[in-house]
This record gives sequence, C-alpha cells and structure tokens, in this order.
Amino acid sequence: MSEKEKSTKKMVTKKVVLHFPKRRVDEPILFRLIKDYDLEFNILKASITPEAEGLMVVELKGEQASYDLGVQYLLNCGVKIQALSQDVTRNEDRCTSCGACVTVCPAGAFSSEPGTMVVRFNSKKCVACGLCIKACPPRAMELHF
Amino acid sequence: MTKTISEINQKIKQGKAVVVTAAEIIEIAKQEGIKKAAEMVDVVTTGTFGPMCSSGAYFNIGHTKPRMKLGGGRSYLNDVPAYAAFAAVDLFIGANALPDDDPRNHNHPGDFNYGGGHVIEELVAGHDVRLIASAYGTDCYPRKKLETWINIKDLNEAVLFNMRNAYQNYNVAVNTSDKTIYTYMGVLKPRLGSAGYSSAGQLSPLMKDPCYKTIGVGTRIFLGGGVGYVAWPGTQFNPGVPRSENGTPRGGAATLCVIGDLKQMSPRYLVGTSMQGYGVSLAVGIGVPIPILNEDILRYTAITDAEIFAPVIDYSSSYPNREPDILGEVSYAELRSGKIKVQGKSIPTAALSSYPRALEIANTLKDWIGKGEFLLSEPVAALPGPESGVTFKPLNERPAGEY
Ligand code: SF4
Ligand code: SF4
Repeated sequence: MSEKEKSTKKMVTKKVVLHFPKRRVDEPILFRLIKDYDLEFNILKASITPEAEGLMVVELKGEQASYDLGVQYLLNCGVKIQALSQDVTRNEDRCTSCGACVTVCPAGAFSSEPGTMVVRFNSKKCVACGLCIKACPPRAMELHF
Repeated sequence: MTKTISEINQKIKQGKAVVVTAAEIIEIAKQEGIKKAAEMVDVVTTGTFGPMCSSGAYFNIGHTKPRMKLGGGRSYLNDVPAYAAFAAVDLFIGANALPDDDPRNHNHPGDFNYGGGHVIEELVAGHDVRLIASAYGTDCYPRKKLETWINIKDLNEAVLFNMRNAYQNYNVAVNTSDKTIYTYMGVLKPRLGSAGYSSAGQLSPLMKDPCYKTIGVGTRIFLGGGVGYVAWPGTQFNPGVPRSENGTPRGGAATLCVIGDLKQMSPRYLVGTSMQGYGVSLAVGIGVPIPILNEDILRYTAITDAEIFAPVIDYSSSYPNREPDILGEVSYAELRSGKIKVQGKSIPTAALSSYPRALEIANTLKDWIGKGEFLLSEPVAALPGPESGVTFKPLNERPAGEY
C-alpha cells in the first residue's frame, strides 16, 4: 500500500460543530453521510437558534478519505463546519454575573442562581455555537481552538 | 424617632453605628416593624453595578519639555480619541469613544471590542496607556507632536466624572420584530423571545430613597471601588414621572452626576464593556449610604423588588421612534425570577446590571462604615424633587438647512 493510500485509509474520529442554514434543518443531510460516505456519526448535542439555524455537535468516524468527501458534501449543502478541538470557557475574573448571556445561549448553558443571582456556566451543556462570545459585555467568554 | 447625620457620624466614629445593606433591611423591617427597625438601624447601604454610558474621566498629564498645548489639537489614548479642548495638558475621555478606524457596525452587528470604557479600566488597573497627540504649536507652546506612555500613578490628577449614572429605574426592553436586534439593553431575540433589564431594583440607591430625602449634592458615596461624591443631578433628570404609592417611579426618573478620584478606584468596579451591535461602555459600581433619619426614610429603604415596577418597551419600534407605547409593567421580583409575562407570553429575562456585584458593593460600603473609615456627609443642596417641575424634554427640532 502506498503512503497516500495508507493515509486515506486511516480511520479518523472528529468532533465538529455543524451550523445548518434555516432551510436545511429538516433535510436528511446527515443520513446521506452514512449511506453515501460511509461515515458513522453520533449526535452529542443539538439545538436551534432564534434565527432557526440548527446547531449540532457531532462525532464523525470513518476513513480519512470518506471524511474529507463527507465534509465537502456538507459544505456544498451550505452547512458551516467548525472544529471542536477545544471548548468555550469562561474567564471567571472578567465575569460580572450580569446575566446578559442567559437568554442568548441556545443550549441553556447559563443559569441564574435563584436568590443570589450568581450566573453559573455549565460547560457540559455548551454546544460551542459562539453566540455568547460577543454578547457578553465584559467579554468573559472565550472560544479556544 | 428622629436622628441627625452628625449623631449617626458620632456613632460611626465610636464603632457603635448599626449598618445594614438594602437587602438586609427588608428582613429586619419585616420582623421588627418599621418603628423598631428605624430605632435600631442607623445606616442602610445600597449598591448598583452596570453599564453606564455617560461616564468619563479627566486627567492632567503634566507639562512636556518643550511645552505643548494639547487643547485644540488631537489626542488619542490607545488609539481612542480623547477630548482635547481645554488648556495645555488636560484631557477628558468618554466611555463611549471609539478608535477612528474601528469598523463600528460595518460588519453586522458589530463587535465594538475596545473604546473609552476600556481605556479607563486599563488606567485604573495601572496599565501603561499610549498617548499620541498633535497640536498646532504656538510661541509659548511650540511642540507639535507627542507619543508617550502614560500611567495613572504619574498623572497629576485623574478624576472619574460621570454626568449620568445610577438611573432610578429603567425600561425593560423586548423585541416584537422578526429578527434579533442588538441594543444597549443587550441582544434581544425576535418575537418577544427575550427581555433585557438593567437595575439593581431593591438594592439600587435611588430606589431606596425614591423622593431624594437624603441623597443630594455633596453626598459621599462608594464610586468605582473608591470614595466619590454626588456632584449634581445627573443629565435627563426627570423626577415628575408617575409613581407608585411607595414613592418609586414607574420608569426612568432621577439620575446622579458623580465625581471621584480615579487613583483610588479599582478595575473590579470600573469594567470596560462591549455592547454587541451598539458600542462600548463602562460598567460602573456605585453605592450610596442612606442615613435613617426617621421612620419615613426607613420605610423607603425597606421597599422590595415585588413593589418596584418597570415599563416593558418594544426596542424594535417604540423605542427607536420615540413612541410612548408600553407593552405592560412588570415588577423586579418577576424580572429576577427569570421570566416575565407580557401580553400573555412568558418571556425569559436577562439582566445587564449585576445583582451579585451590587450586593458586594452594598456590603463593602457597610464594612467601611462599620470600621469607621467612611463618614456620612450632609448634602449641600437637595436634588429637585417630584414636585419641582423639573422635566426631561425631547429635542424640539428646528430644521437648520436654510439660513
Ligand atoms: S454575559 Fe458575561 S459577564 Fe455577564 S454573566 Fe454572562 S459570562 Fe458573566
Ligand atoms: S458557545 Fe456560549 S452561547 Fe453557544 S452554547 Fe456555548 S455557552 Fe451557549
């Protein structure tokens, strides 16, 4: 087997965030990934933004070549892909617990503690959509790649 | 029962004053009753922390050699334009100033990463700030160009001077349109998808002295982590608005113009903020002590979130067009519960002002007074009251196109 063949036959597992345009949310895009591109996928988190853009964090698994083709197919469908190599974190020193992020987050990752009104960030719920990054007035939310 | 400010100060000096926060007084009044609580408690401390756009700072940078007159020229601090319209080396920077080359909202909605509020925060934090200035040069002030680092510790004076802070009540902003809008009240989701509000409610200084019986010109306050003073009624001062029976206004009313030494303030209470799609600002922390001079004043300080109401306003149409319509009224208790009901719809709420930090300010001020480090001041002039006839007028435009 040549080097090139070896690398395309290599199995890859990648976590990515998919941003579906409004009109494509209902279409069975993901299912064609299994059928036509022989990729396994596992939906980790999913939600829909107020502009009806669909957000999904998925784990894609398959051969590198199939993965590359599958990604190309998604891009052709108008799906934006973002690597989820790292996560969204909060700089606790900059967070003032104002609460501006609470309604912005489509995944419900922020919550105001009743009584104290301290704003908690639950990174397990975060789908790394990035909406809170610019919506946080003191810019306490950080996106790491 | 009546007390005077000097009697209370005497107790503060002896370490005997009873000081409680605006949150604690609510419980005390409930348990002890107004009369007893007014006898027990000497001072109630309030607090608020949120973006306050009409804020700024001025400083004197010291004279250059050879001399240079910045006034009438152009000056930039970390690329943010400062107001250079005074004598040789005095500058003023406003919280909302943006660098000349900032893209503003050319790329919708606009990031507004850095501006005047951030420069003030950096100065307070002790960071070096780059000053670039140009001037026209005169016989007595020949120099024309200056590029230097400045640091707050080297400035002759550095003074925070905010012409409108601590709004007494404010709008609740919603969006009835079909698209997300980006406002100074935060990002508002379409079709009544979210509501933004900005007041510390039952902790807020002017909510706990709603008719300005104790707060006046000269009142010593917590400002930005240091000590400041009420300098004047704030701009847009509007005491004549409709009020609840408890005296609190049912919408934006009074404001405070405040001043204080920037050198003793802290970046924890002066935070540069970026309001997506709107601009930059400065989140300011203010705390005002309220002396319990009599039962009436105590009754005001015991007002709760459930008894303070704010108007719900559509920021996709009524607000920008200056229409008077409101969609309803909600209490701060509802706002703080995380959901309000407007026109039968349940709407999640998001605050721009920080309740936890407002409480932290009220507690800090309580601490200072408790330790005898902070004495109350007698106001030297009253703020115009609800019956003063002072109003907040809109601009009556007179087209200036033709002469
Ligand atoms: S918007 Fe930013 S500062 Fe405010 S609570 Fe959320 S993370 Fe903290
Ligand atoms: S990036 Fe921010 S807004 Fe998006 S899901 Fe994570 S926490 Fe929520």
